Amino acid sequence: MEATVAYAKAEAENLMATELRLGLPGTADDDQTQTTKATTPPSTPRGKKRTTTFDAVEETTVAEEANNNKRDVEAAPPVAKAQVVGWPPVRSYRKSCFQQASSKQSKATKEEAATPASNTTTSTTAANGSFVKVSMDGAPYLRKVDLRMYKGYRELREALEAMFVSSNNGSANLSEFAVTYEDKDGDLMLVGDVPFEMFASTCKKLRIMKRSEATGLGSARQ
Amino acid sequence: MGRGGSRAAPAAAMPPWHALPDEVWEHAFSFLPAASDRGAAAGACRSWLRAERRSRRRLSVANCYAASPQDAVERFPAVRAAEVKGKPHFADFGLVPPAWGAAAAPWVAAAADGWPLLEELSFKRMVVTDECLEMIAASFRNFQVLRLVSCEGFSTAGLAAIAAGCRNLRELDLQENEIEDCSIHWLSLFPESFTSLVTLNFSCLEGDVNINVLERLVTRCRNLKTLKLNNSIPLDKLASLLHKAPQIVELGTGRFSADYHPNLFEKLEAAFAGDGLAVSVSHLHKFHLNIETVNFQVMDLIEDHGLAVVASSCNKLQELRVFPSDPFDAAGQVSLTERGLVDVSASCPMLESVLYFCRRMTNEALIAIAKNRPNFTCFRLCIIEPHTPDYITHQPLDAGFSAIVESCKGLTRLSVSGLLTDHVFKSIGAHADRLEMLSIAFAGNSDLGLHYILSGCKSLKKLEIRDCPFGDKPLLANAAKLETMRSLWMSSCSLTLGACRQLARKMPRLSVEVMNDPERACPLDSLADETLIDKLYVYRTIAGPRSDTPACVQIV
Repeated sequence: MEATVAYAKAEAENLMATELRLGLPGTADDDQTQTTKATTPPSTPRGKKRTTTFDAVEETTVAEEANNNKRDVEAAPPVAKAQVVGWPPVRSYRKSCFQQASSKQSKATKEEAATPASNTTTSTTAANGSFVKVSMDGAPYLRKVDLRMYKGYRELREALEAMFVSSNNGSANLSEFAVTYEDKDGDLMLVGDVPFEMFASTCKKLRIMKRSEATGLGSARQ
Repeated sequence: MGRGGSRAAPAAAMPPWHALPDEVWEHAFSFLPAASDRGAAAGACRSWLRAERRSRRRLSVANCYAASPQDAVERFPAVRAAEVKGKPHFADFGLVPPAWGAAAAPWVAAAADGWPLLEELSFKRMVVTDECLEMIAASFRNFQVLRLVSCEGFSTAGLAAIAAGCRNLRELDLQENEIEDCSIHWLSLFPESFTSLVTLNFSCLEGDVNINVLERLVTRCRNLKTLKLNNSIPLDKLASLLHKAPQIVELGTGRFSADYHPNLFEKLEAAFAGDGLAVSVSHLHKFHLNIETVNFQVMDLIEDHGLAVVASSCNKLQELRVFPSDPFDAAGQVSLTERGLVDVSASCPMLESVLYFCRRMTNEALIAIAKNRPNFTCFRLCIIEPHTPDYITHQPLDAGFSAIVESCKGLTRLSVSGLLTDHVFKSIGAHADRLEMLSIAFAGNSDLGLHYILSGCKSLKKLEIRDCPFGDKPLLANAAKLETMRSLWMSSCSLTLGACRQLARKMPRLSVEVMNDPERACPLDSLADETLIDKLYVYRTIAGPRSDTPACVQIV
């Protein structure tokens, strides 16, 4: 087939130069005649892998990560164990439950998910893993969002806008409202003051309130 | 065709077959339960089309955007049972942006209008609101079955509407939904006169349930066979509940109750010795085996030795699912390896569906599994660490998965994992003739991998790919294939916006959805062709581009 010939040719031409590097260099395929590289995800999950097939495995450096194209990975410093979004493919409610089940203490009642044993960047706060309730003044019912799905405040804000604003009041937008949250201590805080990850790990529920009610919470933010 | 016209007809004067009245064809078609067969019949000629569509009772819409609700209702006016599916499968793992779509409301509204005799409704991965549930309760006087799988957007208030309004409800089956708890005692809204329940499943509900109300409900529904509870029911109450409802044949006790009550089975056994009650507990690590066990779901805490016991006792096992107890734990303290799966595949002759999470695998094991169980229809293996090779030979697992597709000729669903090169896709493309759904992650080396799949796999309907080095060329070269499939998902691959635009231009009956990186300031229209895209979802549709996309999703 013409297409196959084209591919074989392209392979032979070694697409490495044009191929996008996404992560760790090197592949296992020394047997292969072609030398196309396998691209790997930018996350560097574990420092020490059992799977050292990669002869050319190098520690991923910060510089290398910066060269990679942005992918669907939660931001994490290279040293910490990064989690790839949506991997392994386990449903989120199962994840939080599994963490309960494998925790050493036996619990009499169903409690909120405990911190997992390993130093992962999961933010588990509400009863359903990282799902937190979102209420908006004037909206008839609440929604829920999974804070782990967002890389930063901007993404979260856009999601909230999509959820509440577009469906209800077409003309209003989120800048008329203040997005606040209740933290672990039960205090009402304005969203945006602390680094996103810190926020995600302490946030218990979100509340979108009218700006006029949000006096005393500090300078009005975007 | 000119026959039988002027010639002497036989004494009985039967009409020629092609002039038989519609009712006869409708009756004939009622013997074709499979939708694909009915669809084929409808394509034969106009009169068959008419007869078939007017008598279709069950309709399954596998992609809610493939056709509009109005189309469906108009074309099939006599539907009594409808199933509609929404979001792509990867939505289960958080890869689909929130507010992506899949609202059930338009379907409920169209059904309320056009199918007043509707008896069954099933939604999967859709946004179902309380208003939808209220409308269902109010619109269909003979409504009997409501099944919601992996849905969200509703609360116990909606369930209350169903309980109060659906007089003839037989089945309320809630699987893995996100249900808001409004602290409404919805169970108590089933009227005292209500006795028709046969199946009740609320295992995914978080909140508490009034045990007395449940008891009364269960006692008066004499036909209740299947009851799946959540874990708000204390053990001691459970036993007394079951004593009052001996008609129950299948009991589910919700997630993780056994983790906190290791004596669960001893107690239940003592209560029901000899009653033949089948008890299923999900996600259990202390398992109770029944020689009749057909479906078995368990966590990897069962370990290889536990699976060996399953292998030797459950020779009627058809489906096995083993989940990871600690998916993010790199150290892998649990001793569940390829051994467990090999044992089960060797000893369970009826095993045809497997979902297996583990941390290591070998080609040899996969080859053995393939040889043991050529009757697999669904084989989903997830090696937790991406790019994991054969842990003994350090080779890619191409040979192992190739053996699976070569041996299992009836395989309809496959998920691959571990270190894989383009070679495995060549095997899959060439051999997996009946494969309908394929999931690929962190695999392949080049465009060739995707090309092998799209140019082979004769029966492919759903393809979902993430984090693979597949680019524009195989997608564009195989554009026509996409119209023979239900949908394609590609995320974190090497696709450019230009290729998506080209695809959309070339194939007007496909909807090409691009989900862009929300960090990007500018809208898609102003971006250059060379821009890489993050997520692509392509599906065939007769309904044209949908109008309910959120800001981060654009139809090219």
